[in-house]
Amino acid sequence: MKYGPLLFLGILFTLASSWVGLVLAPKQQLGGLVPNVSTNALGAVVLYPQARKGEAQQGEEHYRSLGCVYCHSQQVRPEGFGSDITRGWGKRRTVSRDYLYDKPVMLGTSRTGPDLTNIGERQSDSGWHFAHLYNPQITSKGSVMPPYPFLFQLRKIGPGGASTNALKLSGEFAVAEGWEVVPKDSARQLVEYLRSLKTSVDLPEAPLPKVQEGAAK
Amino acid sequence: MSASSQTFSALLPGDVSDDSSKRALLAEIDASCRVPVLFFVISGLLWLLAGTALALVASIKLHSPGFLASWEFLTFGRVRPAHLNTVIYGFASQTGIGVTLWLMCRLCRVPFVAPGLATVAAIFWNIGLTVGVVGILIGDSTSIEWLELPRYSTPILFFSYVLVAVWAIITFRLRREQHLYVSQWYLLAAILWFPWLYATAQIMLLIEPVRGVVQAAVNWWFAHNVLGLWFTPIGLASIYYFIPKVIGRPIHSYYLSVLGFWSLALFYNWNGLHHLIGGPMPAWMITVSIVASVMMLIPVTTVAINHHMTMWGHFGKLKHSPTLRFVVVGALCYTATSLQGIANSLRSYSEVVHFTHHTIAHAHLGLYGFFAMVMFGSLYYIIPRITQREWPSLGLISLHFWACFLGLALYVVPLSLGGILQGLAMNDASVPFLKVVEGTLPWLKLRTFAGLLLGLGHVAFVGNLVWLLARVFGPYRKPVVAILMGAETAAVVGK
Repeated sequence: MKYGPLLFLGILFTLASSWVGLVLAPKQQLGGLVPNVSTNALGAVVLYPQARKGEAQQGEEHYRSLGCVYCHSQQVRPEGFGSDITRGWGKRRTVSRDYLYDKPVMLGTSRTGPDLTNIGERQSDSGWHFAHLYNPQITSKGSVMPPYPFLFQLRKIGPGGASTNALKLSGEFAVAEGWEVVPKDSARQLVEYLRSLKTSVDLPEAPLPKVQEGAAK
Repeated sequence: MSASSQTFSALLPGDVSDDSSKRALLAEIDASCRVPVLFFVISGLLWLLAGTALALVASIKLHSPGFLASWEFLTFGRVRPAHLNTVIYGFASQTGIGVTLWLMCRLCRVPFVAPGLATVAAIFWNIGLTVGVVGILIGDSTSIEWLELPRYSTPILFFSYVLVAVWAIITFRLRREQHLYVSQWYLLAAILWFPWLYATAQIMLLIEPVRGVVQAAVNWWFAHNVLGLWFTPIGLASIYYFIPKVIGRPIHSYYLSVLGFWSLALFYNWNGLHHLIGGPMPAWMITVSIVASVMMLIPVTTVAINHHMTMWGHFGKLKHSPTLRFVVVGALCYTATSLQGIANSLRSYSEVVHFTHHTIAHAHLGLYGFFAMVMFGSLYYIIPRITQREWPSLGLISLHFWACFLGLALYVVPLSLGGILQGLAMNDASVPFLKVVEGTLPWLKLRTFAGLLLGLGHVAFVGNLVWLLARVFGPYRKPVVAILMGAETAAVVGK
């Protein structure tokens, strides 16, 4: 080959094609998505999804910063494709609209741990989440999730007695007499974020199944 | 026998002949490359050591989660992206740029233009990356795969990259050789594609983020193309250069080279969205990427046939040339990882392996087995020429090769298999999730062992290089001609 300009143009046009096809076109098709408007049983107008606020929004930052996405996906594949729905990770597949307000969108590519799309629904108990984050072995023996002791504070129990939010630790996980483990702000925010993760909302493009079977947790 | 007993032949298209003036020109080119190429390469290898250490920490954590658990900055979710970014932008990109600079000078037949400019680029690249990796460890990772470096560090990298691209275009314009060898097509393409990819991703994901899952589309268009349009062309350019160079015969077929290049250019850049199979995207986006992935059969088989036919009858030379050994293993891994990638992109196969460690094995077969091995081979050829020093230890070269080869095999084969088993178990809802996790442990432990072997290989390589560089500053300077005359002379003079 001798023609530099031909080579140059070929190089540019080939990449331009997929830039139009896989970058611009998705932006064109999905960039204008808006929340779904519906009325609930009481007749009130409901918007879904909604932007996270307060602690849940701050918790999303911790989820990003701690790199949870490297082991946990947030996407439910359709019925019959993998076991996502039979495992109870969601009642329906997730669709583009579910992610309108995620910053960034953390779909994930690995399930070293389970999918978290609906963790807020599957496990709404903050106490469980605190214990699990402090040391996953407390709630899930054999898990390979790392403990996050740095999201908690080990402190002397004050004169007023143990804090209400102190972790209930027993057996091998117990701390010394007179000491307690309490969640820091970061742990609280992260748990609020996890509890906000739920997608069991009827959407025209992804309706909830009509017959609700008791999906296993 | 000398480590560089590689035939220095005249049969590469558009390159050296026995003519002594041409040899003098090559010597001049090599000498002019010394500072900038070494700067990129040495920085790249230091990042490789850092990246290997981070990889080991991450790997151990995955089967022993209590390991170093109390330090926030070393938590798995930070060490893993820190590893990825150090090896991608630190090792692979910088070593790749170093090799690219040398190949461009050689193929364009011009001594290094403005070496100061390239060295400044390398300095900025390292500053930007250091800031970025520290950023990831202290919690500023973007959690967007392949783009984790925080927003405040990436403009420095981009600026540095622009300098490299400007340099490459100037060199290309000044070329004295009008015929463009196939390696140059790939290099020019890589140099022009990367800034487009990087700029698009930066703008649409970090500076002015697009909404919702459009981010995922841009993310995977970018991430897959970094592999396909940045590392792959540099790797293939090196294979196309070094196989003919070392064995002393031209590439088997010019037409296959043309077909291989243009079909890669046409199809590879459409592959990215197969990473989102089953995900919340309109079906057409994923389907179009699957189709393009299957079309990759054309460039992959074309290139494989072309390289294999060039090597045909010359496999005996693998024994004597470390360059050839690394490069040929890299070429085989390119074929293997591409075929594996095509399989992974099929819906039925992806349903099983998508979220498993299979993907990790696949990524390492590509980036390590193909790209890193080709880069190692290239450096075994380039460094003695630009430093005018022979590799001091044959033993360390063998250790490097075998540790990396075994480490790679023990990494990729078992983990690919383990990933499939993991996926099958995960798709069977009657298997409790923690049982699935338990099933992955033996494979993950084996992976740590494989990683240690790779680390051993890297230390051997860097040790040999440090030894070689120590000789550069030593009293004895080997005459240029000794290297250019080839094996025997170099071995004698080297004593």
